[in-house]
Amino acid sequence: MATLSDPPAESFKLSMLIYDTRYRAVTFQIMALIAFLTLIGWLISNTAQNLADLGKEPSFGFLFEPAGYDINQRLVEYNNQDSHLRAAFVGLLNTLLVAFLGCVTATVIGVIVGVLRLSGNWLVARVMTVYVEMFRNVPVLMWIVLAMAILIESLPAPRDFRGDNATASMSVFDSVAVTNRGVYIPEPLFSRSLGDLPVGGAFNISLDLVAFLVVLAGGLFLSGRIRARADAQQEATGVRPTTWYLRLGAVLVPVIAVLIALGFHLGYPELKGFNFQGGTYMRNSLIALWLALSLYTAAFIAEIVRAGILAISKGQTEAAGALGLRPGRIMSLVILPQALRVIIPPLISNYLNLTKNSSLAIAVGYMDLTGTLMGITLNQTGRELETVLLGMLIYLGISLAISALMNWYNSRVKLVER
Amino acid sequence: MSNTHSDTVAFVRDTMLPQQEPPSSSVGAVGWMRTNLFSGWFNTVLTIVSLGFIAFILYEILPWLISPTWDGTSLTNCREILAGLGDESGACWGVIRERWQQLMFGFYPSDLYWRPVLAFLLLLVAIAPLLFADYVSPKLIWFSMLYPFLAAWLLWGGAIWAPIFAILGFVVGFVVFRYGSKVILPALALAAGVVAAILWWTAIGPAIEAPLSAAIPIGIESVQSREFGGFMLSITIGVTAIMCSLPIGIVLALGRQSDLLLVKAICVGFIEFIRGVPLITLLFVASVLLNIFLPPGTNFDIILRVMIMVTLFAAAYMAEVIRGGLAALPKGQYEGADSLGLDYWQAQRLIIMPQALKISIPGIVSTFIGVFKDTTLVSIISMFDPIGLSNAIRADTAWNGVYWELFIFIGAVFFVFCFSMSRYSMYLERKLQTGHR
Repeated sequence: MATLSDPPAESFKLSMLIYDTRYRAVTFQIMALIAFLTLIGWLISNTAQNLADLGKEPSFGFLFEPAGYDINQRLVEYNNQDSHLRAAFVGLLNTLLVAFLGCVTATVIGVIVGVLRLSGNWLVARVMTVYVEMFRNVPVLMWIVLAMAILIESLPAPRDFRGDNATASMSVFDSVAVTNRGVYIPEPLFSRSLGDLPVGGAFNISLDLVAFLVVLAGGLFLSGRIRARADAQQEATGVRPTTWYLRLGAVLVPVIAVLIALGFHLGYPELKGFNFQGGTYMRNSLIALWLALSLYTAAFIAEIVRAGILAISKGQTEAAGALGLRPGRIMSLVILPQALRVIIPPLISNYLNLTKNSSLAIAVGYMDLTGTLMGITLNQTGRELETVLLGMLIYLGISLAISALMNWYNSRVKLVER
Repeated sequence: MSNTHSDTVAFVRDTMLPQQEPPSSSVGAVGWMRTNLFSGWFNTVLTIVSLGFIAFILYEILPWLISPTWDGTSLTNCREILAGLGDESGACWGVIRERWQQLMFGFYPSDLYWRPVLAFLLLLVAIAPLLFADYVSPKLIWFSMLYPFLAAWLLWGGAIWAPIFAILGFVVGFVVFRYGSKVILPALALAAGVVAAILWWTAIGPAIEAPLSAAIPIGIESVQSREFGGFMLSITIGVTAIMCSLPIGIVLALGRQSDLLLVKAICVGFIEFIRGVPLITLLFVASVLLNIFLPPGTNFDIILRVMIMVTLFAAAYMAEVIRGGLAALPKGQYEGADSLGLDYWQAQRLIIMPQALKISIPGIVSTFIGVFKDTTLVSIISMFDPIGLSNAIRADTAWNGVYWELFIFIGAVFFVFCFSMSRYSMYLERKLQTGHR
């Protein structure tokens, strides 16, 4: 019988740090850490030395000094006596505004184009292919600059609207003015307004808007309940009650009631002096950026949607057809829920790309985070290090937040396997 | 029974009928149109709408495009030419005739245009052994390795010694690594090689180079970085970033997959940081901050700084693409490599990477295309790439108000580059397709 015995105890030798796989991993990691820390230390000491040479002390105190510049497109109150911090906040809101508008529009256009590219109609499929290839293969910056150039050069100036023989006129029942300075659309006004709610002394939230959103959310919730009841009834009896008028009413009636109660009316833009007054003013830069980013990103989303639909095997469509479903229901009940799982992860990264690309606003003078904090504030205060680092951190935060949100959504819709 | 049958059935065919032609409405052009364009009322409406759209576009654009203004000297001059012909509007192609060289080369001295052109042609030769390995002699790969130094010398000019000493640095590093790896562990030998090369470039090389270039001054006229511009600048930055980002991306992807916790943490942190911020902020770092991060007195070239940042940016995206390829590889491949007794680097080189890279070709090429398109962002930090030049041209009094012509030209050139890259990736995918479909 063989007896088991312990291998002879090895004494630790220094060379084992390199040649013994048990210790090698640790050795390499420590070496990597030392190299990494040395690099960081070297960069920091260089920076400190350089800043000392320039006579600059790294500090964020400049954020609380008056900014001294105007921001002409803004969502919250701001004037040039407000601090740099508030200017950056206005810029951040502008970034989020254009990113939100762009994501919504790009998704709508992208889904339509993606589905049409798969259309059995040869001509439509070709037209959509041309659109997708044209936008995907040309830099987004060029589309932004081009959109801005078209808006500035080809639209009428406000003075063209004036006089008896005006060369331009307002569109949509004289309510929208499209000029080379921007687009004026009617603004919602409330004659029995609830007033504003100051939040932390920083900005005001219109209570009218809050009331409207609360009522809208309530209506949508009610509509969802009606749908759930219809689903339950269909499960139990096999007959689905007709509910569309109930659901429409549940959303519309309270909203219309609250609008009437608040005295809702539209404020139309009017030509006064050299420019239009009243109405909501959307600057050219916002429109150009929104248009270019949406069309560019939509081309990518179209490809994602197309790939997602193609990834679902044809057997699914045929099986659904064999069960007697109509084409519309096949799409909404069988194909899309499965395709969404393939579509959502790349869609998230395209939303992130759009948000990051919105920083190109600086090319057309739209005052987003890059234009305020890393543009004018940087030039006025000369604080390159602080502004650029702060700007990067904010963008990083936005990116992480969007991807966390979308990953949460993705984990809800993704296939749950055993 | 048979009798009754023959009585009731008057005629039984005993030969097959010849096949009939299909109805004329389901074959040929008419049949194709019926199935592809007019199958059902909805498709018919779609077809008519798109036909109307195409006709409208062509009707609006073609007369505008075909406009005899090639010799126009300014926008007003173009309008006069058009008015003389009785046209209301038309493109003003004079701006392209007058400025196309600038859009291509920026402010590069016009008598030296042959140098970027030659560098570009040699680029095609240098990438041929990589792109079309089946048709080109593999010995050409030596030229591809020399090409970066040759191209830098052709573009920036200066003494011939600078590129030669740069190459020698690589040779020194390689020799140290080669002989060192026989004595010590390869990883340590690699570190020693890197240190030797850096020593050569910073200390030994310059000490020999200065007297040598004073004694034997061979060189061509040097060109400053600020004279670079146009598509030449885009291609220079783009090609450098593309070529350097792939190896860095591979290393980062391997680091992210690594079992070594610290290495993994560093790689993940780097990748997520770079991917979380817009490229434009990194370019701000290149233009205003990079000099602050480096030892006092360092002031190196703006193009080089931009190249570094664009390369890092591209490398982070590349790492994620390659990580996807690594994750898509079946686990059996890793285990198979282990069971053959290959060590980590052998397994990566011989088994894992060839397959993982093949899977990630579409992603890699779309990253390449993205990087090339993103080189236009340098116009925001006041470098004169095509977009920056277009702004400058539009600010010129002679061409104030011209925009379609410029952007059609710039867009068309970008389209040609990017579209051919994506077509090549499709070709490569088909060529490397080994699966059974």
